[in-house]
Amino acid sequence: MTDLYQIADLRLSLADMTAKPLFGTAPRIEILKGLSFTIPKGAVVGIVGGSGSGKSTLGRALVRLLEPSGGTIRFDGTDITHLTEPDLRPLRRRFQMIFQDPMSSLNPRHRVGTIIAEPLRLHGLDAIPDRVARALHHVGLPQAFATRFPHELSGGQRQRVGIARAIALEPDFILADEIVSGLDVSSQAQVLNLLERLVAELGLTLAFISHDLSVIRRLCQRTIVLHRGEIVEDRPTADLFAAPKAAYTRDLLEAIPLPDPAQPWV
Amino acid sequence: MTYLSIRDLSVRLKGGPSLLRRVSLDVEPGEVRGLVGESGAGKSMIGKAVLGILPPSVEITGGQILLDGTDLLTLPPKDRRRRIGASCALIPQDPLTALNPSHRIGPQITDRLVDILGWTRADAEARAKALLAEVQIPDPDRVLRAYPHELSGGMRQRILIASAFAAEPKLIVADEPTTALDVTVQKQILKLIAGMQARHGTALLFVTHDLGVVSKVCQYLSVLYAGMVVEDATVVDFFAAPRHAYSAALLAATPKYTDPAAGLNPVPDAVIDAVRAEVAAFDRGSA
Repeated sequence: MTDLYQIADLRLSLADMTAKPLFGTAPRIEILKGLSFTIPKGAVVGIVGGSGSGKSTLGRALVRLLEPSGGTIRFDGTDITHLTEPDLRPLRRRFQMIFQDPMSSLNPRHRVGTIIAEPLRLHGLDAIPDRVARALHHVGLPQAFATRFPHELSGGQRQRVGIARAIALEPDFILADEIVSGLDVSSQAQVLNLLERLVAELGLTLAFISHDLSVIRRLCQRTIVLHRGEIVEDRPTADLFAAPKAAYTRDLLEAIPLPDPAQPWV
Repeated sequence: MTYLSIRDLSVRLKGGPSLLRRVSLDVEPGEVRGLVGESGAGKSMIGKAVLGILPPSVEITGGQILLDGTDLLTLPPKDRRRRIGASCALIPQDPLTALNPSHRIGPQITDRLVDILGWTRADAEARAKALLAEVQIPDPDRVLRAYPHELSGGMRQRILIASAFAAEPKLIVADEPTTALDVTVQKQILKLIAGMQARHGTALLFVTHDLGVVSKVCQYLSVLYAGMVVEDATVVDFFAAPRHAYSAALLAATPKYTDPAAGLNPVPDAVIDAVRAEVAAFDRGSA
């Protein structure tokens, strides 16, 4: 199996605005401190960590919403670390993102059909209505939903629209950043089942960012645990759950409240 | 006497559909009752009704909210507010929006004690400092002078917990207090809330959609669907064997990392249809 992503010594620093003096430049803080890993084609990789661990920053670097300050990101053989926006544009179609909060990532004034069609138009694709219809079908939404507005949908349905928008471009890679953390358990299960099915049907490669290890366990074959901008564990999910090596992974696991009053929880 | 007793509480959107359907539940001092359900089930609505902070677009159409034997709904608004203000408090969901970004932490805890409950400024400040120590905030003096943006999410939530306990309320409504936090911080905060609640003997209504959390902090729970209580049970009984098909399905949807085969099953359509039929039958019966 070939690698879709090859990440070597990835570093990313951002301006620390909380420490910025009134005049002058803000100091930089390093968010990602030299990460190296690969994502093989067709893999479903989980990225977990607490708040501030750098998991979302890593995700945003993978789809080049952020430019790394060091190291390299190779996407399907191409070095995309410092590509300029015009050079990135044709590649963008191949890596797509689903956002955490569908209410703020879907334009409230556009109908669902327009929302899904917009990126297709930007990439100059043909047969847009067909592609929109196919995308809706893939995520299990009735075609009539194309004329609805986001506020008319439930949280789970909105998240399906986010997924439809991403898959409509027929990408190779999808980054899902905390996409079920705002949903209640039943919708969470539906969205995860859908994602699982789409990965298989469309041959997608998926990176799934979450702070919830129980969701990762269900979906991902491999899990990368981030702590303070460093990889503390990168192993097959089953091994990681059977015998977590890093102390931080154990903390994360033990902190999950199981639906069982008998679970000791100290 | 039961401290908080809600009897047949019905709430609806003005001129629109029902949001709560004859909800009844009790909470005693020192007890924690979980309110569980999917988004839109009405669990937060119950807490808001008790605290008298329902949005203007909804109205209470029937029932009683008995606080220490007095029906809050029959009191004149001013007396009601005074009573709720003196004996109840809220731990809100989002610690960032609940704190005023342009004020220091100290006054946000003490102003209510001074302006509304008539404490002296010195007493209120001493109390605030003691509470911050109780919620395990290191260096309370510095934090009291800090602005919200200088503190992490977990710290901000600790401050809101301290603030809720400031006037020794008899009843606290916690509205999804850990949803915005990651699991390790969630654990600290839950233990903190449970510990404070037990030490102060407070009655606690705990709104959450996470049955895992319920099993850790509550002794009783009410499962809601479409504003109707479908199951009212002790936590031990519920997790051993839920009685209602809908609440059983909700439990089956809750992820369990120890068992990859269990959990994350959507509530089956048949169960949804059945519980919807129950709601419809209820509406016909009460029409």
